[in-house]
Amino acid sequence: MTATPSPAATARGTEVRLTDLTRVYAGSVRALDGFTLHMAPGEFIALLGPSGCGKTTALRLLAGLEDADGGTIEVGGRDVTSIPTNKRDMGMVFQAYSLFPHMTARQNVEFGLQLRRQDKPTRHTRAAQMLELVGLSKQADRFAHQMSGGQQQRVALARALAIEPQVLLLDEPLSALDAKVRTQLRDEIRRIQLEVGTTTLFVTHDQEEALAVADRVGVMNAGRLEQLASPAELYKNPATPFVADFVGLTNRLRCTVSDGRARVLGGAVPLLSGSAGDGPAIVLVRPEGVTIAPVGAGSGGAPAAVVSASFLGASGKIVARLESSEGVGELVSVQVDNTDVTAYSPGQQVLLAPRGDAALAVSAS
Amino acid sequence: MSTRHTERRKRATLRWIVIGLTLAFFLVPLYGMLEFTTRDLINGGRTGRVWTTLFDVSAVTERYPALAEGFLASMALAVFTVVVMLLLLVPTMTWVRLRLPRLTRTVEFICLLPLTVPAIVLVVGLTPVYAWVTYLLGEGTVWLGLAYVILVLPYAYRSLDAGLRAIDVKTLSEAARSLGASWLRVMWQIVLPNLRTAVLSASFLSVALVLGEFTIANLFSRKNLQVAMFELGKSDGQLSVAVGLASLVFAFVVLFAMSFVGRKEKS
Repeated sequence: MTATPSPAATARGTEVRLTDLTRVYAGSVRALDGFTLHMAPGEFIALLGPSGCGKTTALRLLAGLEDADGGTIEVGGRDVTSIPTNKRDMGMVFQAYSLFPHMTARQNVEFGLQLRRQDKPTRHTRAAQMLELVGLSKQADRFAHQMSGGQQQRVALARALAIEPQVLLLDEPLSALDAKVRTQLRDEIRRIQLEVGTTTLFVTHDQEEALAVADRVGVMNAGRLEQLASPAELYKNPATPFVADFVGLTNRLRCTVSDGRARVLGGAVPLLSGSAGDGPAIVLVRPEGVTIAPVGAGSGGAPAAVVSASFLGASGKIVARLESSEGVGELVSVQVDNTDVTAYSPGQQVLLAPRGDAALAVSAS
Repeated sequence: MSTRHTERRKRATLRWIVIGLTLAFFLVPLYGMLEFTTRDLINGGRTGRVWTTLFDVSAVTERYPALAEGFLASMALAVFTVVVMLLLLVPTMTWVRLRLPRLTRTVEFICLLPLTVPAIVLVVGLTPVYAWVTYLLGEGTVWLGLAYVILVLPYAYRSLDAGLRAIDVKTLSEAARSLGASWLRVMWQIVLPNLRTAVLSASFLSVALVLGEFTIANLFSRKNLQVAMFELGKSDGQLSVAVGLASLVFAFVVLFAMSFVGRKEKS
């Protein structure tokens, strides 16, 4: 799958082309199966997918930590497929804490510069700049065990960026952190990336993370790129049922397809291209694609009984069980305004209806 | 409250009893050696003759050349064994951990094997090998170190394995590689410093084992400290025992100094 680079990409970074990459593990497991990705200079791309989909493998191939069984890797127009890791000039932040335990934060950041034979004053200045960039100037003389997980990952980021790499690789750097730190650091990574303009590949299994920071998000499945698009595009126009199901919360509902429309929840919605043909099928509907109203409010729809009503802060969520003939017993999540949550209580009879553009994709049942 | 107090005191007493017994177990024989070496066998009473002889370096070299030679040989052997063991094991074990994890069991088995082979059997197997070693490298006692490396493998393996388990070698070396480090640099600047404690304890055990080794050296007719002591025992029992005691104390001091160096570098 190819896509044009997004306009958000800046001209400062390096262009990266992964072409038809294949990686086979022992036991003929195809971790990557013809994986192709083009990153524009300065672009921030997130690879998203369930575990085992090959996203980490793709990143490790680009880093040179594993060898490709087929395909080519080009960085800045140069073929680096057979160049060893230490000559590839990539900054990397790992999922596991990777600071060298016997060095202070400053020494960690200086390590790559030392390898590039930069003199001491230059190294000091650069390390100080980098630590300031990640907001850890005061912790420069601390060892890894004296810092929190979030701080360690920040230092790791500073260390990766200090060498002014051609590409920045982030291998689930936030997954070991707790929720609050994760969001904070996620936004900070984006800020820093925009500031330095390094082409960045970010691997994650957390869709919120991917959607929040990336210029474009690539959804992977079974060693292939299912779709590469901007976060909004991905959410609104998923190219395949897998993408629709994986990105965002989705209701999977039984429906009948006829004349290019799916009959669901007492209404009919237009289908996206690539959907299944006529007959019974499964339609994917976002919680915000369903309307809910108490019985007797006048509108039509599929009868259902409220199972739970939750207040989620900015919004609310109602879960109801369908009582109509089609999809009887199925649970449907409905997103409502947070002020409307109190209008519903468990056991209450309601009517559910699809909004006009509700359907994302339909797969054969 | 008071029961907890009594309980605690009981436990403390027990602890001291155990420490006391252990100390006695180690110290009584040492005291026996000291007592024996200070006996005046001719006139009765006490004499420092043996000890003054022993610490008069020139006299020892002159009158007991075998002893001086054995001492130096054992020192050289200790250094040689430790160096070869580290050069062999650290990169191998790191590499197996990084790239060939399925070989872990095999390497462990091979390294622990020498434990099950009695020294005498080892010598039988090593004899033809040493014919070649002598042919190629000469008769130097220091080549015994090659056999000693095999002897210390199980102990060194265990220490280093514990050290490697304690750090995430894979991530650390990948991080260093991505920053531009060659494999040699990864070993030297990243893996080794983080294995310091493990390397030190592997070295301690190796030094202790080499300083106490007798069987193989004797059967190969090489002269190390233990062999020299044994020979000396035939002519001067008291001096032989004094050398034994001195070498024990010496080994203790060496190990203590090594652990001290290790700790000092860390701070």
